[in-house]
Amino acid sequence: MEIKIYAESFDPLKEVQVYQSSAKDMAGKFGATNIFIGTMRDFNEGDDITGMTLEYYPGMTEKQLEKIVAEALRQWPVIDALVVHRVGDILPNEPIVLVAVWTSHRGDAFDASRYIMEALKSRAPFWKKELLKSQAERWLLKNTDGYL
Amino acid sequence: MSIKVRYFASLKESIGRSEDNLEFSGLTTVADVWRSANPNKTLPDNILTAVNMDYVELNSAVKDGDEVAFFPPVTGG
Repeated sequence: MEIKIYAESFDPLKEVQVYQSSAKDMAGKFGATNIFIGTMRDFNEGDDITGMTLEYYPGMTEKQLEKIVAEALRQWPVIDALVVHRVGDILPNEPIVLVAVWTSHRGDAFDASRYIMEALKSRAPFWKKELLKSQAERWLLKNTDGYL
Repeated sequence: MSIKVRYFASLKESIGRSEDNLEFSGLTTVADVWRSANPNKTLPDNILTAVNMDYVELNSAVKDGDEVAFFPPVTGG
């Protein structure tokens, strides 16, 4: 299991490839890999968005993400998991978050990665501030419930 | 006892600082820490609170050396 916070842009598929190839003990054991990638849009709430700043709470963010992944590991037979999240200044089309989960069977991979992602959205201390095309800035007030 | 207080995101901007270092004597809760640090500002309803990087309720006790954090709802992912 690994949690990574990046201040620079990252390639999520390369992250999965590198992590999977380095986890030798996983080879032959997993039959399912579920990959979720969240990417920054250039629009939100009817406005054009030209950039975003992601603030976080160093230490607490990692601690909460570790707890969330540990909860998923208790609920599903997860072989391994990788969570990567961007912070700092982000541009549209750049990846924000990656959740990858390796399991023996697909159902557990879907369910565990969904759990991690929804828990991250509601509990991991990150805050987005959008820069609008008009040059105005605004903090996002809350995340929506992904199950609704 | 010494308590470090931290603020994040829009709350940090609205109160104009990112942290405080406070001294208390006797039993203190997270709510007491807010009132002492921000005597003229009511804690907004939606603010989340943490002690030593774990979520807690406002009536949770704090002890010497704790780091108390106040921040708005999280919006990552």
